[in-house]
Amino acid sequence: MAVRRLAPAEVQPKEFSFTAENLAWAKKQLEKYPEGRQASAVIPLLWKAQEQCGGWVPEAAIRYVADFLSMAHIRVMEIATFYTMFNLAPVGRYHVQLCGTTPCMLRGADDLKTVCKKKIGEQFEVTPDGALSWVEVECLGACVNAPMAQINYDFYEDLTPEILERILDDLKAGKVPPPGPQIDRQFSAPVGGPTTLTDPAIYATAPHQADAPLKDTRAKKPGAAANVREAAVPTGPVGDSSGKGRK
Amino acid sequence: MLADKDRIFRNLYGIHDWGLEGARARGAWDGTKGILEKGRDHIINEMKASGLRGRGGAGFPTGLKWSFMPKESKDGRPSYLVVNADESEPGTCKDREIMRHDPHLLVEGCLIAGFAMGAIAAYIYVRGEFILERERLQAAIDQAYEAKLIGKNNIHGYDFDIYVHHGAGAYICGEETALLESLEGKKGMPRLKPPFPANVGLYGCPTTVNNVESIAVAPDIMRRGAAWFAGIGRPNNVGTKLFCISGHVNKPCNVEEAMGITFRELIETHCGGIRGGWDNLLAVIPGGSSVPLVPADQIADAYMDFDTLKNLKSGLGTAAVIVMDKSTDIVRAIARISYFYKHESCGQCTPCREGTGWMWRVVSRMAEGRAQKREIDLLLEVTTQVEGHTICALGDAAAWPVQGLIRHFRHEIERRIDQYAANPHSEPVPMAAE
Repeated sequence: MAVRRLAPAEVQPKEFSFTAENLAWAKKQLEKYPEGRQASAVIPLLWKAQEQCGGWVPEAAIRYVADFLSMAHIRVMEIATFYTMFNLAPVGRYHVQLCGTTPCMLRGADDLKTVCKKKIGEQFEVTPDGALSWVEVECLGACVNAPMAQINYDFYEDLTPEILERILDDLKAGKVPPPGPQIDRQFSAPVGGPTTLTDPAIYATAPHQADAPLKDTRAKKPGAAANVREAAVPTGPVGDSSGKGRK
Repeated sequence: MLADKDRIFRNLYGIHDWGLEGARARGAWDGTKGILEKGRDHIINEMKASGLRGRGGAGFPTGLKWSFMPKESKDGRPSYLVVNADESEPGTCKDREIMRHDPHLLVEGCLIAGFAMGAIAAYIYVRGEFILERERLQAAIDQAYEAKLIGKNNIHGYDFDIYVHHGAGAYICGEETALLESLEGKKGMPRLKPPFPANVGLYGCPTTVNNVESIAVAPDIMRRGAAWFAGIGRPNNVGTKLFCISGHVNKPCNVEEAMGITFRELIETHCGGIRGGWDNLLAVIPGGSSVPLVPADQIADAYMDFDTLKNLKSGLGTAAVIVMDKSTDIVRAIARISYFYKHESCGQCTPCREGTGWMWRVVSRMAEGRAQKREIDLLLEVTTQVEGHTICALGDAAAWPVQGLIRHFRHEIERRIDQYAANPHSEPVPMAAE
């Protein structure tokens, strides 16, 4: 459990209401849930409110969402303080959520914390230009690409202190670097290429190569018919996806 | 090693098209109507025969779970399928790959599972941080609606809706009843059981909560047959499983492998070995942060399955293998896990709310050596008082890593205490009374 309180009154805006676009979106969300269960939409709606407010949930937004869903204010207040993704005070334009849990710690998250402290300051402190803020969070679910950080919506994986410094500098300058693994790696595959799923026969079509020219070898590849066995196939218990016709 | 043709997640690494067309080319949505036509009982019996055990951590047989759902509604309450995509267990990152790279397997699985249990709709609860993943999943669902694969009057002849819902960063919402509470728009605090969700679940209606991976493998089991799935692995621990290997290996990765592969083979084949060689291996957490660690000599040639790891007083959990080499500060690593549970405790039950913080403070002191030796036994006793005395399993999950640490690395804690005591310090060594 963590103690989470609302931002002081000085920074709280007086009023909040959804923009027309968000209002239409919010009404659409309610259709997902059965009659009388509109309270289910509270987390998505608060999240939208947080987006609209630039990364945090003011008290006025909590009251607005409660009224919108006909819920008691305190019930929505509970939600906003219970779920840690709702920031209760303003954050930077780029809010860095650095994972510090054991799998990331083992691969060097502690060094990344030092980088954040040096470049940004203490947790939840916003840089004077309003660009950056950071917080240490618990496991973000990208452990094989550790250490990693989530910056706004994007996961930046396989970080080193140097790479993180570069990313933070770029963000400060208003450039958003490409997310994903920051080293040469195909998502969560091992470095140096996958050790599995290398058999081309399991793919009916060739992998996506946007504008790769059709190679001679591929054009001349025998079709499925060449692989059909003429002999009687024993009907064992094992079936595979190619055995469509067999009962 | 499992042959490529026996793998279910053929786009695990996102090399191929995630969309409907690509998924169809890999075999998804093939003959789904035929599967449904065989009837509910057939599907549930096949799932039972396949021996699939839930992939979310507890390893409860999936087919059996489905069979708990009421055959027909006697009081007008509908049934729901809820898919648990609140993947937050430290070390685990498999469902994310399914949602962003092979979402149609999950969508098709929802239809088959929903049909088998007579559900009218499925809610997929995605953890809040997975923003792009849930957009991808929503896009796949939209494709399926457009192709009339799901929804009203679809080509499969069973009206079924699938909705994506999301959380906002609470680990506890991975617990099934907390997830249901959260889905109803409340704080994610687990419910007392019984009544079980199969009787009183979402909105008071019969509900089954399944992990993403359990649902996503269902279509392939139905297509290829239960015997195919049951033929992979070892008795009572069958099928394929996504392993997430993180920590001190040369090449951390996600990989789909047969259950019951040995730890050594898993690491050597896919991860390029332990960093610094096998002699440098200290300990392994084989199933996500909730399970106790296993020291190197016991894990090296162990089978990675539910029963073997249970006999090692640990567990397969979500198959999130966290490897630690000898450079690891093992006490600090466990202290960090304790901090995780302190942070994520929902605060409903006193033993957990107070106990997680207490354990974290004491283990942190022990990491520095700033403790008394008798506190080790005191700590062990407190873990047993937290374990089993809470509504949900988070209390157990917080206690087990600490128990594992004391079981296997008591000597290390004692060494640190000795070392600290041998050096002069201005502050007195505190005692755990608080």
